[in-house]
Amino acid sequence: MILIAIISLGGIGALGAGLLYAASRKFEVYEDPRIAEVQEVLPGVNCGGCGKPGCPAFATACVNASTLEGLFCPVGGKDCMDKVAAILGLEAGAADPMVAVVRCNGTCAARPQINQYDGARSCTIAASLYGGETGCSFGCYSFGDCVTSCAFDAIHINPDTRLPEVIEDKCTSCGACVKACPKNIIELRKKGPKSRRVFVSCVNKDKGGIARKACANACIGCGKCVKECPFEAILLNDNLAYIDYQKCRLCRKCVGVCPTGAIHELNFPPKKEKPVAVKEETN
Amino acid sequence: MLRTFRIGGIHPPENKLSAGKKITPLDLPEQVIIPLGQHIGAPAQAIVKKGDIVKVGTLIAKAGGFVSANIHSSVSGKVNKVDVVTDASGYKKPAIFIDVDGDEWEDSIDRSTTYIRECGLPSKEIIEKIAGAGIVGLGGATFPTQVKLSPPPGSKAEILIINAVECEPYLTSDHSLMMEKGQEIMTGVTILMKAIHVTKAVIGIENNKPDAIKHFQQLAKDFNGIEIMPLKVQYPQGGEKQLIDAVMRRQVKSGALPISEGAVVQNVGTAFAVYEAVQKNKPLVERVVTVTGKAVSNPCNLLVRIGTPVRALIEAAGGIPENTGKIIGGGPMMGKALVTADIPVTKGSSGILLLTKQEAKRKPVYDCIRCAKCVNICPMGLNPTFLMSLTEYTNWEAAEKNNIVDCIECGSCSYTCPANRPLLDHIRLGKGTVMGIIRARKS
Repeated sequence: MILIAIISLGGIGALGAGLLYAASRKFEVYEDPRIAEVQEVLPGVNCGGCGKPGCPAFATACVNASTLEGLFCPVGGKDCMDKVAAILGLEAGAADPMVAVVRCNGTCAARPQINQYDGARSCTIAASLYGGETGCSFGCYSFGDCVTSCAFDAIHINPDTRLPEVIEDKCTSCGACVKACPKNIIELRKKGPKSRRVFVSCVNKDKGGIARKACANACIGCGKCVKECPFEAILLNDNLAYIDYQKCRLCRKCVGVCPTGAIHELNFPPKKEKPVAVKEETN
Repeated sequence: MLRTFRIGGIHPPENKLSAGKKITPLDLPEQVIIPLGQHIGAPAQAIVKKGDIVKVGTLIAKAGGFVSANIHSSVSGKVNKVDVVTDASGYKKPAIFIDVDGDEWEDSIDRSTTYIRECGLPSKEIIEKIAGAGIVGLGGATFPTQVKLSPPPGSKAEILIINAVECEPYLTSDHSLMMEKGQEIMTGVTILMKAIHVTKAVIGIENNKPDAIKHFQQLAKDFNGIEIMPLKVQYPQGGEKQLIDAVMRRQVKSGALPISEGAVVQNVGTAFAVYEAVQKNKPLVERVVTVTGKAVSNPCNLLVRIGTPVRALIEAAGGIPENTGKIIGGGPMMGKALVTADIPVTKGSSGILLLTKQEAKRKPVYDCIRCAKCVNICPMGLNPTFLMSLTEYTNWEAAEKNNIVDCIECGSCSYTCPANRPLLDHIRLGKGTVMGIIRARKS
């Protein structure tokens, strides 16, 4: 009796195994083994900072590409891309390390609140309704859409200033906060040597008087920095100065001439004669 | 059994505090601020500059496109500057500032109170006159009237529906206008009928205004083809598609215009403005605004020049009460909270509502309990709670499939939600995003 059971069950098992083997050979999908290898060295956060929907898609794109130019994982940075390049036998594309920069310095003290919003706690919804709780309709709403969007815990709202602050070491420049901000306040900028950066911490395009009335730290579009800059790195459009980080050589001449302190310098050693006049360090 | 629209709807407390109050003209302010974008569509182009002398009715800004409207000076005086002004939402918008000096009107305007019934003009000239006078839909949507009166090729109007519903709680501006200017409104309706070549018009009035219904039924005896239809009180009956359903028992298809069902809907205030423009050559320079609120000492209906600061209106109603929490431009359901009382009255301002702190406070938000109340009351037959979730998860494809763009932003869902969920806030955002996606796809 036992023998019959063993033979019949064994036979069914063998038949099944044979069918499965045949099916797996017939319907086999070839996948480049390098895709898995590349995926192995990627951070695996699926943040979308590279512009592809997740790490597997980026790995596939790298393997299929003939050159790594234009393909860069901002989270893994150069180390990660070097590893990818080694696996694929290609040259890693060069990209400057970037970091998210918050271009609003409308602190509670500088930008008085003129009304109170009690709707849904979301910057995007508030922005679709109205210009915000202060006189500046360009500035930060402080509800933290950027904080929710960050997968790396690298951006937080400072309860004192009610402005987001980026933790540079954690920021991977994936750009999620840039997309989340309805006011386009956050920008990815070149990290700079020793994380030194100079930027205009304001996005207000109102005329100088109106901007200044709404916020003491606003850029009033006076153009002094434009005249001062020896490298033509500063553009003035719609009453707002913008420093081109590709052209800026970090001479910091503009910082001194700005009458409202809207131009910020970060991570520079203090000047000897005069202490640096930065009011808020936005990290 | 009175008619109303057949899907959804709510009945919030009416609170028509200023009902029965006479329309009182407000004194001229020292300066008026006339924004260039008071209508849906392209903003008007200013044609005056600093120092120009203008009279009441002088054209100061020309329509900036097909869907746009002319803007006239509402006072006589000197143009102070063409600059930006903070609008109701706190954004800066271009506007013309005029310092008031006397009250001199353009010579072409007939300022007498004589009632002119006959209008011998053909349709084309009527529409030209309406366009010239800068008339827009005065119910609040401010869609340029001449565009609505020129149906797209291939479609033909069968019926004119006059929206005298005033379904928003608190507001009485249309009601007061109907009580005082009935004859003129009826003439305006006949002019509109002539403009779109129809022989039938229906004036829909909610039955919480029995005096207006009676008054108009009396007047209608003298006019051919105008029917007065009392309607059951139901919000948002003033919505175009809801009113068409209530009056004609026809549903406008998703994404279609009312003209597809042969209907043209105009507000009763617009009908009066049309009368003044066509018979009296008077452009749209003033309108009736209700100033109301439970704590307001003297709720009233004021005849106000366009551009008067809202603060002046509130002063006339007894000033801002101490416990005011919010000042709302429009009614409590669809109106928008104002960031400052220094914004000017525009063509679309139907009311100023002052809510007390208690009324203005939003209650704490809880999780959705799937009671489906919002689904029941949505007048467009949508699923608000689902649309809110789709917006939260930024699933725009599904939101589009579920017809998020059909939302008329009436706010019934947020009003009815027992968990106080901000349904409309999210849906409005989703609607805007999806409309942007659709536009991008088309171009």
